[in-house]
Amino acid sequence: MTELRSAPHERLGLSVESIMLNVVLALLPIALFSIWLYGLSALVLLLTSVIVCLATERLFNHLSGQSSTLGDWSAMITGILLALVLPPSFPLWMTAVAAVAAMGLGKILFGGLGMNVFNPALVGRAFVQAAFPSAIATWVPSYAPNRFHEFIPTTLTPPLMIPPDITAWTKAVSADAFTGATPLAMWKFQHQLTAPEDLILGIATASVGETSAMLILVCGLYLALRGMLDWRIPVGMMGSAIALAYAFHLYNPDFFPPPFFVLLSGGLMLGALFMATDMATSPVTPLAVWVYAILIGLVTVLIRYFGGLSEGVMYAILFGNALAPLLDRSLPTRVFGRRKARKVAS
Amino acid sequence: MVMEIRPIMERSRALEAPPPPSSWREGPSSKSLELYSYIVSLFRRKSFARGVHPDTHKSTAGKPIRRLPYAPRISLPLAQHIGKPAVPLVRPGEEVVRGQPIARADGFLSVPLHSPVTGRVEAIRLHPSASGAWVESIIIHAYASSTQEVLWREPRDMDSLGPEEILAAVKDCGMVGLGGAAFPSHVKLSIPPERRIHTLVVNGCECEPYLTCDHRTMIEHPADLMRGIGYAMRAVGARRAIIGVEDNKPDAVAALTPFLPTDGRVSMEMVQTKYPQGAEKMLIKSLLNLEVPAGGLPLDIGVVVNNVGTLTLLGRLLPAGEGLTERVVTVTGPAVKRPGNFWVPLGTPIRHVLQCSGVLDGDPHPELEVVLGGSMMGQAITSLDTPVTKGVTGILVYDRESVMRETVTKVYPCIKCGECVQACPMGLNPALLGMLAAKRDYDSMSVDYHLADCFECGCCTWVCPSGIPLVQQFRAAKGLLRARAA
Ligand code: SF4
Ligand code: SF4
Repeated sequence: MTELRSAPHERLGLSVESIMLNVVLALLPIALFSIWLYGLSALVLLLTSVIVCLATERLFNHLSGQSSTLGDWSAMITGILLALVLPPSFPLWMTAVAAVAAMGLGKILFGGLGMNVFNPALVGRAFVQAAFPSAIATWVPSYAPNRFHEFIPTTLTPPLMIPPDITAWTKAVSADAFTGATPLAMWKFQHQLTAPEDLILGIATASVGETSAMLILVCGLYLALRGMLDWRIPVGMMGSAIALAYAFHLYNPDFFPPPFFVLLSGGLMLGALFMATDMATSPVTPLAVWVYAILIGLVTVLIRYFGGLSEGVMYAILFGNALAPLLDRSLPTRVFGRRKARKVAS
Repeated sequence: MVMEIRPIMERSRALEAPPPPSSWREGPSSKSLELYSYIVSLFRRKSFARGVHPDTHKSTAGKPIRRLPYAPRISLPLAQHIGKPAVPLVRPGEEVVRGQPIARADGFLSVPLHSPVTGRVEAIRLHPSASGAWVESIIIHAYASSTQEVLWREPRDMDSLGPEEILAAVKDCGMVGLGGAAFPSHVKLSIPPERRIHTLVVNGCECEPYLTCDHRTMIEHPADLMRGIGYAMRAVGARRAIIGVEDNKPDAVAALTPFLPTDGRVSMEMVQTKYPQGAEKMLIKSLLNLEVPAGGLPLDIGVVVNNVGTLTLLGRLLPAGEGLTERVVTVTGPAVKRPGNFWVPLGTPIRHVLQCSGVLDGDPHPELEVVLGGSMMGQAITSLDTPVTKGVTGILVYDRESVMRETVTKVYPCIKCGECVQACPMGLNPALLGMLAAKRDYDSMSVDYHLADCFECGCCTWVCPSGIPLVQQFRAAKGLLRARAA
C-alpha cells in the first residue's frame, strides 16, 4: 500500500494555477485589442508592467528565502491589469514605479497571495495617480496612423524626468478634433455625451484596456462560464450602478447622463469583471458578496457625479476591498438548523 | 473431513428468497425511464442548498449482487457498532454454526453478534481493525464444508408484535445502520415517550461516489425492503414513510413501485443527485423541507431516517428470527479488475474480498490505497487483514496512478475564492474555519463558527483550489476539543 490519505480521496481538480492562468488568458484579448488601438506604446507599457511585477515578486521570494511563487500566475495578472488601467501615453519609468508599488505595497506588504486586502493593480494605479497627477490624465487618440512604427512621445521619457508636452503630436495624429478628454471627463466638465457605439467598440479615449466594453464583457463571460469568476459581483455592481444612474437620470435628464453611458464608459466594465472580482480582496459569504458588489456600484456613480474626479471605479473598488473582511464577519452565513446567523464581534 | 453439523434450532429450509424476475437483474433500466425521470427532474427537483457534484463512478450499478466464497478464517471485532462492545458468549475451541449468537449486547447502546460461518472459534484476541488499532475480536476458523444455510434461527410471527417487541427483535438480530454509521438500529428506532414521529424517511440516496450496494438492494429485494419499512413504521409509530431516491436511479424507482403498499402510506420521491443528499439532515430538508435544529436529532422534528440496506435486512431477518451475519458490499475502484456487489459474510478479511475481485492477481503486494466506504467519506485502511464489519458499505481500491493523480502536491494559501462557502451543505464558512485552524484558535472555531455542526462530508476539501485539507483540519480540531473537554 502506497498511501494513507484521509477522506475525501478525490478532488474537483480546480487549482489556483488553473484559475489564475485562465484569468490571464481572458485578459489577453483585451490586451491585444489595446495594442491594436495604441500600437507600440501599449505593447511596451504592457511588457514593462508585467516584467516589473514579476521581477518584484521574484526578488521578494529571493530575499525572503522562499521558492519562486511566479508559478501561480497571480503576479502576471497584476501586471496585465495594471497596464490596462494606465493611460496609453504613460511614461515607462512611471509604469515601473506603479508596478513596484502594486506588488510591494499592494501584495507583498500584506504577506503575499491571498493575504492582501486591496487589489494590487489598483494600489499601483492609486499610487501613481497621487505621484504623477498630470501624466495619468494625459490621453491620446486611438488609431494614430503611425502607431506601429513610433512611440507616443511620452512613452520613452527618461527615468525621473517629466514627460514632454504632447499637444502638438496629438493634433498631428488625430483626424478630427481630439479633445484629450475621456468620455466621462467630457460629460462631467463639458457636458458632452459620447455615442454608445464608440463606447461599445472601444473607439473612445480611455486607459489602455478600458476601451471596448463588449470585448471585456465577452472575456468576463468566458471566465464566469468556467466557474472562475463570481458572476454575482459584476451583476450586483453593474446592476446597482445602472439603477442609481437611472434614478438620477429620471430626476434630471438634462444634467445626468442616461444609464447606458454610466455602464459603458470608463473603467466600470473592466472593474466589475476583473478587478472587483479579485478573489483575495472580495468577500466570501453570500450576503457579503452582494452588499460588496452593490456598494461598489453605488459609490462609483456617486464619485462620478459628485466627486472631484471624473472616474470613480478605482476608489470605489478600493473602498469595497477595505470593507470586505468586515462584511464577511458581520454578515456570516446562516448555518443549517440555526434560526439566524449569529453576529460575531470582529 | 466432513463435519456432522447439528442444527441447534431447526433444520433450515431453503433460505434464499426466490430470485427476483430477471428484468430486475439487468443493469440500469431502459432509456425511456431515464429520459422520463430527467424530464421530471427539470420541473421539480427536491433538494437542499449548496453541496457538490462529484463524478458518481457508479459503474457497478448494473452488477447483480453475488455471493463470495468463504474465507478460511474470519475475525469479528466485538465492537462493530457505536456503543459498548459486545460480550463474547463462546470460548476458544468451541464449535459454532452459522447464525448462532456468539456475543451478547452489553447494555442498551450495544448489539449482539452472530457467527457468519460454521466452524470453530480459534481465539478471542486483538486483531487489526479499520482504524488501524488492534481490537478485541473473535477469530473463527470456517470449516471447508460450511454451508450457506443459516443453521440457527427463531422464526417469529411479526404481525403479533407490538413496538417494544419489534425493538427487542431488532436488537436481538444485531442490526446497526448499514449506511456506514453502524449506530445500533434499535436505539435509533426507540422514540422517547414525549416525542411523536410523523414520518419515517427511507434513505435510498446513496450519494457517495462509487457505492451501489443500496441501489442493487432496492432493485433486487424490494419485498424485503417494504416489509422492513412496515416494521420500522410500527416500531416508531409513524403514519407514513417516504423513500427518497436520487434521480440517477430510475431503475430502482421502477423496481420498487409495484411493491408500494396500496394504502398509500409509503410513497417514493426522487431527489436531486447531489452530494451529500444521503446525509440525514439534507434528505429531510429535500423531502420535507424541514431543518433538523443544530445539535438536534431528526426525531426532534418528528422524523426517523433509516437506510434502505438496513430496512431490507430487517425485513428479511426479523420474521426469520436470524441474526445479521452478512451484508452487501460494493467492491470497486480503479484497481479492481472485476468490480461488483457481493454478499460478504461479516468478518471476511479485506484481502480475501480483493483476491476474489481480481485486485491481487499475480502481485500479492501491489501498491494500493484501500478505502472502506466511498471516495468522499471513506476511511483508508492500513492492513488488508482488516475484516468487513457491519458498517462497511464498500471497498474502494485505488492503484498507484490514481493515487498520484489525486494527491495534492502543492498547497497554496487560501485565496478566498469562496468555493468552500458555496459548497458547504451546513452553511458553514470553511475558509474562515480553516484560517482559525491554522492559527490554532480552536475555541473561536467552535464558539463563533459552529465547528460542531460540521459533519465532515468533505465538500469543502473537495472544491478547494488551493488544496487546503479543510475537513482534515476540522476533524483534528474536533478531536483536540474533545480531548480537552475530557
Ligand atoms: S466537511 Fe464540514 S465544513 Fe466542510 S463542507 Fe462538510 S460540513 Fe461543511
Ligand atoms: S475553497 Fe479553499 S481557497 Fe477557496 S475560500 Fe475556501 S479555503 Fe480558501
